[in-house]
Amino acid sequence: MSTIAIRAENISKEYTIATAKQRYETLSMHLAESLKSVFSRNGRRHKSAEIYRALNDVSFEINQGEVVGIIGQNGAGKSTLLKILSRITEPTRGRAEICGRVGSLLEVGTGFHQELTGRENIYLNGAIIGMKKEQIRSRFDEIVEFAEIGKFLDVPVKRYSSGMYVRLGFAVAAYLEPEILLVDEVLAVGDAAFQKKCLEKIISGAKGGQTVLFISHSMIAVNSLCKRVIWVKNGEIVEDGKSADVVRRYLTASVKDKDLSEEVWDNAGEAPGNDMVRLRRVSVRHQDGRLLDAMSEPLTMQTPFKVEVEYWNLVPDGQLHITLHLYNAEQIIAFTTANLNARPKPAGLIRSVCYFPGDLLNSGSHRFVVMVVKDTSSVIYSHESRVSFDIFDIRERQGTWYGKEPGVVQPVLKWTEEYLGSSLEFDSLSANSDFRSKGDL
Amino acid sequence: MELAAETGFKKSVTVIQPRKGLFQLDLGSVWHHREMLYFLVWRDVIVRYKQTVIGAAWVVVQPTITMIIFTLIFGNMAKIPSDGIPYPVFAFSALLPWSYFSQALARSSSSVVNSTNLVTKIYFPRLLIPLAASVAPVVDLFFSFIVLLALMAWFKIAPTWGLLALPLFLGLAIMTALAVGLWASALNVRYRDVGSIIPFLIQVWMYASPVAYPVSMVPEKWRLLYSLNPMVAVIEGFRWAFLGKGSPDLMMMAVSSAAVVVLLFGGIIYFKKMERSFADVI
Repeated sequence: MSTIAIRAENISKEYTIATAKQRYETLSMHLAESLKSVFSRNGRRHKSAEIYRALNDVSFEINQGEVVGIIGQNGAGKSTLLKILSRITEPTRGRAEICGRVGSLLEVGTGFHQELTGRENIYLNGAIIGMKKEQIRSRFDEIVEFAEIGKFLDVPVKRYSSGMYVRLGFAVAAYLEPEILLVDEVLAVGDAAFQKKCLEKIISGAKGGQTVLFISHSMIAVNSLCKRVIWVKNGEIVEDGKSADVVRRYLTASVKDKDLSEEVWDNAGEAPGNDMVRLRRVSVRHQDGRLLDAMSEPLTMQTPFKVEVEYWNLVPDGQLHITLHLYNAEQIIAFTTANLNARPKPAGLIRSVCYFPGDLLNSGSHRFVVMVVKDTSSVIYSHESRVSFDIFDIRERQGTWYGKEPGVVQPVLKWTEEYLGSSLEFDSLSANSDFRSKGDL
Repeated sequence: MELAAETGFKKSVTVIQPRKGLFQLDLGSVWHHREMLYFLVWRDVIVRYKQTVIGAAWVVVQPTITMIIFTLIFGNMAKIPSDGIPYPVFAFSALLPWSYFSQALARSSSSVVNSTNLVTKIYFPRLLIPLAASVAPVVDLFFSFIVLLALMAWFKIAPTWGLLALPLFLGLAIMTALAVGLWASALNVRYRDVGSIIPFLIQVWMYASPVAYPVSMVPEKWRLLYSLNPMVAVIEGFRWAFLGKGSPDLMMMAVSSAAVVVLLFGGIIYFKKMERSFADVI
C-alpha cells in the first residue's frame, strides 16, 4: 500500500494588485489612503476588485517515493505552488498536509554571502536550508568534491565564476537529503555536464524512496525522470497523469500560431516566380499525405515526414528541379537536398516531393528556402518559404544528458564494437613513432 | 490511502493553511531552528570584520571618540554633574550599552528587508532574522568592555561585585533592541519610511536616556514616566554594575522592565502577524 507524502486540497492563492503597488507606497500615502476610504464609501470596493488569482482550487495527492514533474508556461502558478508547499508564503484558502521532512531548492545558493569563503558558505547555506551542523561536517568533503571547486574552497565566493557559484550551491543542497524534495527550475543553470550530475543526484535520491516534486521547462528531463506530470495553466491543473501523455498534449498546446504548414497560390499570375516558373504550393505533410497538423500530431525527432512543392513549369521540355535549403532556428543551413533524378518535362503543373526519414533532424524550429534550378546548374528562382515546423524531442533517456544535443542533425548511425583480446602487442605499436607521439598527447 | 503518519511511520506532518489567530506564536520553531540562528549571528560577526584593516578597533574607536566629545562638551564646558564619578568613566559606562543598542536597533530594523533573498526562497521562522541582528552586536560590546576596564584602571576605580549582575542588564538591553527591532523590521517590509526614521529615532532616544547626564538631574516627579524608557534601566544598571555607586532605584527598574516586556510581547505578536505576507510584499 502506498502512503501519501503530499496532500493538497483546494489550494488558492490570491494577490490584490493594490498590495503589489503598496510596495512602493510610503507611510504617509497609506495614511492618506486610509483617511480617504473613511470618507468615501466606495474606496474599499474599488480596491477589492483588483484580485489576481495565482492559484485557483488546486488539489492533488502525491505518494511517497513518487517523482512528479510540474510543467506549464511562465506565470502559470508553478512557483507559487512550490512556495506554498515549502511554507514560504501562505495559501489564501485551502489546506495542504505534508508528511515528512521537506527540503526546498527554489534557488541555488540561497543566503550565500559574497564576503564569505566557499568553506564558510557551505556551513552557512547548509544551516539556512535546514541541515544540522553535524550533518554538514560529516558530508563536508563530499560536498567539496561534488562542487568541483577544489583550491577555491578558502576564497570568498565573490571571486567565484558564476559556474562555480552554482556548483557550490547545488552541492550543498544535494546533501540535504530531505524526505520530500521540492525543486524549482534550478537545473537550467550551470554547464551541461554539471546539470547531468545534478539530475543523476536527484534520481539516486528518488530511488532511495525520496519524494521529489520538481518544476522544469525541459520536457526531456520531465519525461525521463518522472512517471507522472502535473500540467498547470492559469493557476489551475489542466492535466495530471502519465508523463508521456501529458507532455505530448502540453507540447501540442504550446505549438505557436506562427507555424504554418502550407503556402498556396491559386492564381498563377500572382504566385511567386518568373516567366519560367511559378510556385503553386509548398507544404509539410505527414507520411500518409495529410497536411501537417502540429496541434494534434506534432513532429518528433523520430517521425518521418515529407515536403511537397508544386510548381508550374512554363518552359516546354525544360529541365527544372527543386532544391531545398533547410534552416534551423539559429539560421544555420542543416543541409541542402535536390532532386537529381529530374527529367525534362512538358509545360504544366509538377509536384516534387522530398521524403525526410525519422532520426535525422535535431529538435527545434525549422524552415526552408525553395529553389528552382534549371539544367542542374542555374538557379532561376529562389523562394524563402513561410512554411515552418517544430520538431520535438520527447525521447526517454536513461541517466544521460537531458538538454538539447548540439548539432543541426541527430542521425541514428550504425556502430560496431569488437573485443580484440587481452594483451596488446605494445612493443610493435610503440615502434611506430607516429602513433607514439599521439599517445603521449 | 492514508498519510504515512497514520500507518505507524514516525514522521512529522506539516499542515499548511491560512493562519487566523493572533496568538499562534509558534516559538517552538524558533528553538528548533537555533542552529540557523547561531550561523546567522556568526555570519554577521564575521562579515563585519572581513576586509577591514583594523577590524575590531572600529567598534572601540566610535564610543571612545564620542566619550571624548561628551567629556569636553558636557563634562568640561556644560559642567554636567556625574554623581562623583570621573566624567569620562561616567560617559563611557553608558556609551557601552548605548552603542550596542543603537547598533542592534539600526541593524535589526533593516534586517528583514536586507534578507529578501532568504525570505522569498526559504522557509524558516522569520523571527530569527531580527533576533540574529540584535544579538550579533553583543560581540562589539566585549571589545568596548575591555576599554572601559582600562579606563577604570587609569582612574583607579576598582570593579565591584555588581559586575556579576551585568548579564542581567545585558539581557534587558538585548530585549529592548529586539522589541523595537521587531516592530521596526516588520513595518519596514511594507513602509520603507522606517529606514529614514530609525537613525533619527536613535538620535532622539539618546537624549531621552541618561547617557550624557545622570538620572539625578531628572526632576523627581517625572522619574517614573522617564523610566518608561527601558534604556534608563539598562544604563543605570550598567553604571551600577561597573561603578557600584548607589543602588539602582528598584521602582524605576520595575517600570522599565515592564515596559520592555509589553513592547517585546506586542512586537512578537505584530511581527508574527505581518510575517505571513512578508514573502508577498517584500
